[in-house]
Amino acid sequence: MRKKEKGQGTFRVREIRLDTQEQPQGPADRTRNTELVIITYVFVLLFALLVGTMVWLNTVKHTALVQNVNNTKKDSAADRIIRGSIVTEEGAELAVTNVDADGRETRYYPYGQMFAHVVGYASNGKGGLEASMNYDLLSTHSSLLSQLRSEESSEKVHGDSVVTTFNPVLQEAAYYALGSNRGAVVVMEPDSGKILAMVSKPDFDPNTISQEWESMMADSASSALLNRACQGRYPPGSTFKILTALGYLRAHPTDWNNYYYDCQGAMSRGDITINCYNWEVHGGEDLEGAFAHSCNTAFASIGLELDNAQFKSLAESFCFNTSLPTSLPHSQSVFRLEAGSSEEEQMTTAIGQGNTLVTPLHMCMIASCVANGGIMMKPYCVSRIQTYDGETVSETTPSIYKELMSADEAQILTQFMKATVNYGTAQELGWGWYSAAGKTGSAEYETEGATGTHSWFVGFSNVDDPDLAIAVIAEDGGTGSATAVPIARAVFDAWYGS
Amino acid sequence: MSNLMTLALQTAKYLMIVLMVIYTFQSFAVFARTGAQAKDMVFLRQDVCIFILHFLAFFVLFLKTMDMQLIIFYAEQCLYLAFALLLWRNLYPRASRLLINNMCLLLTIGMIMITRLSYDWSVKQFTIICAGSAIALVIPVIIRKLSFITKMTWAYVFVGIGVLLLVLVAARVTNGAKLALTVGGFAFQPSEFIKIVFVFAVAGLLSGAAGDMRRIIVATVLAAVHVLILVISTDLGSALIFFVTYLVMLYVATRNPFLVSAGLISGAAAAVAAWFLFGHVRVRVSVWLDPFADYANTGYQISQALFAIAAGGWFGTGLYDGSPTAIPYVAQDCMFAAISEELGAVFAICLILICLSCFIMFINIAMKLTNRFYRLVALGLGTTYAMQVFLTIGGTTKLIPLTGVTLPLVSYGGSSVLSTLIMFAIVQGLYMLRVDEEKENEKERERTGDLPGTGDPA
Repeated sequence: MRKKEKGQGTFRVREIRLDTQEQPQGPADRTRNTELVIITYVFVLLFALLVGTMVWLNTVKHTALVQNVNNTKKDSAADRIIRGSIVTEEGAELAVTNVDADGRETRYYPYGQMFAHVVGYASNGKGGLEASMNYDLLSTHSSLLSQLRSEESSEKVHGDSVVTTFNPVLQEAAYYALGSNRGAVVVMEPDSGKILAMVSKPDFDPNTISQEWESMMADSASSALLNRACQGRYPPGSTFKILTALGYLRAHPTDWNNYYYDCQGAMSRGDITINCYNWEVHGGEDLEGAFAHSCNTAFASIGLELDNAQFKSLAESFCFNTSLPTSLPHSQSVFRLEAGSSEEEQMTTAIGQGNTLVTPLHMCMIASCVANGGIMMKPYCVSRIQTYDGETVSETTPSIYKELMSADEAQILTQFMKATVNYGTAQELGWGWYSAAGKTGSAEYETEGATGTHSWFVGFSNVDDPDLAIAVIAEDGGTGSATAVPIARAVFDAWYGS
Repeated sequence: MSNLMTLALQTAKYLMIVLMVIYTFQSFAVFARTGAQAKDMVFLRQDVCIFILHFLAFFVLFLKTMDMQLIIFYAEQCLYLAFALLLWRNLYPRASRLLINNMCLLLTIGMIMITRLSYDWSVKQFTIICAGSAIALVIPVIIRKLSFITKMTWAYVFVGIGVLLLVLVAARVTNGAKLALTVGGFAFQPSEFIKIVFVFAVAGLLSGAAGDMRRIIVATVLAAVHVLILVISTDLGSALIFFVTYLVMLYVATRNPFLVSAGLISGAAAAVAAWFLFGHVRVRVSVWLDPFADYANTGYQISQALFAIAAGGWFGTGLYDGSPTAIPYVAQDCMFAAISEELGAVFAICLILICLSCFIMFINIAMKLTNRFYRLVALGLGTTYAMQVFLTIGGTTKLIPLTGVTLPLVSYGGSSVLSTLIMFAIVQGLYMLRVDEEKENEKERERTGDLPGTGDPA
């Protein structure tokens, strides 16, 4: 009896291995089962894939899933955790939860509208950092002791704080300089990628958003909730000439200095006429002069000369038609130029019109890349997570996205952008007690029959060792020098102390 | 007091994971054990694990809800488990104890989670489990005594196609697919049962068909009819299960890898055609590629399932501390995500491995059988089981598009649990047939003077 049971028990693993001499039946049986063994291996592999997926979801994908904007799982933690604060590195509070004597919690934003889009809101849904950092704000890394103490006295535990890279001085300057214009200002530190200021208008007051929600939703035209700095897409206008100039430098690595163009204020190709702003006639100029004066006719002719495919791959290396290397929610910038594109498209694209669309954050990154010697940093606005008591939980370290141009190319573009300030379209920045470089833009648009001109400026301050990179857009602000340059100047002035 | 409770809940949570890991380890270690006594010890340890796990879970459920009903319900379930284990063991001493244990554990996990999701559902489910287990107990006898079941091929074919057609015509549409028939007030999903009938039909059609191209073509056409009806009923999960089951059975029956390759290629072509023909197929695929693109509508279920898995982490939130009810149709389609969320990824991975252990046991039984019909049945049932597990877990974890099939024995759904219980019982019946065959072989060998050749020193 016992022997029989044993025989009954021994077969299993051997049958699968098929490699043992202790097979109860002969070799014929072994080959008889070959197909079954193969099938078993196939399913073992499939099940291993399932296990692998579970491991993958809980390691690689874990953070992205728990921090997903749509993920409201963490909200139930609000029953036992007081939502953490959002602060600056200097300790200024941007969002804080106040608890009154009855234990009622209110989320308070000391700066009101000033940080509306970036800090966001936590009622009527969530936006900005309140949404993207929701998981961390409702997590706690407080010591076990203080957690137990809170539990003992049935008090809530304080959630972790999010420390941002924002500088309130710059943010305030940008906020007031943009004034009643619609548009956006982005300021970042070129060598780290830290976002120092980010303003978008029209805005809203996160303190009163629940009262004003209805009217805000009704007013679809102003789309106040939209963070134009990251999600607004605009034609780049002449600010795009930075990349067109880079394209020319790459096509003429040795003889770009011999560039000469005689601007007559307009040029025609077929039935298309490109003219300089206000039909201004720039006369004979080299590449630096064409750039500094933002000469459309010169750059349109460069556009005709550049190879479309190469131009496109240059733009795409600068993150057009793809996501930007940042965790900030943003729209993709668009660059449409194909091998078979018409001459009109070639010319308009070269001067930043055509079908090109770009976000202010993206333009700021491009300026920052030039300022940083050709190396683009990944922009970020959360420098660390810390406990309520101030102990660091996790930290963001600056990281390089890519070296997108050589130091020499960056040097030449810097020289062009400096010329723009010295004798070109951004001379208002030349009067400061700090050096600056940049490029203006007057982006003409046409939507639903209405036409207008957006005012752009991108650039950086303290040219030899850049401190700030900036992108400014004022919708319908006219020329770059009219509206955007003074805004940039106000921000730089605030930084260097006026 | 509150601290003590937290401590108790946390301890119970981690103990459950430890028990699950021990159980899973045992269910593979048993393959390596040779001695009958050693095996018995393994099975005993597994039974102990099941009971402690069950106790701990209901301890937590009770602490969290303070619902007195749960104590009675717990006692009832304990009785059921004790009866199921004892009856199978005593009525069928030669049944596979690993399969019995796995069956009981999967049912236990299912009952824990369904009770946590909804007490009313769990009572319904438990009633069906009890009834189904009673039916399942007589099935091995039927398999052994009624050998004419091997010769009713055409009856299986007609029943299968007939019922699927009936579902197509008469079923009400739930959750976008025509699945359920209502008979006498009970809604049930015939495709769950037709899976078994289909395996019998294909086994009958193919068992003598090696090398006979005409019979292979007939079998293929009939199988294709099943699959097509299911595709038209938009029951894509079942269609895929039937398709793969047929291919696997065809492969083993004919031993011809070219036929299978041809099948796989035509299956892939059919999938591409389905993508072009059916809007809902395209929706499933685009949701699979990016569930967050249409988060609020089509992507909602899979997004919530993924959030649940992520929220659980390795060790889970603990029962009642997660929010698995945020997932639509959680108890039917996404039970695996609910388990991952509240019991943790470690527990969920163990669950995957236990399902694998069931499948390996099914195939083992097929390997030992010499009767071609029974062999194909064991293989076919094993394949339907494994495919179903793969589709539901793979779907919930976004490895593959979500098809909305149940996790056998664990998910909520009477038809699913009943048909799986029957399936397990059939395989047990075949396992005992195998023992019968072996006994005959042994007699044969003794007569001819061959050594049994098992290599056992005893």
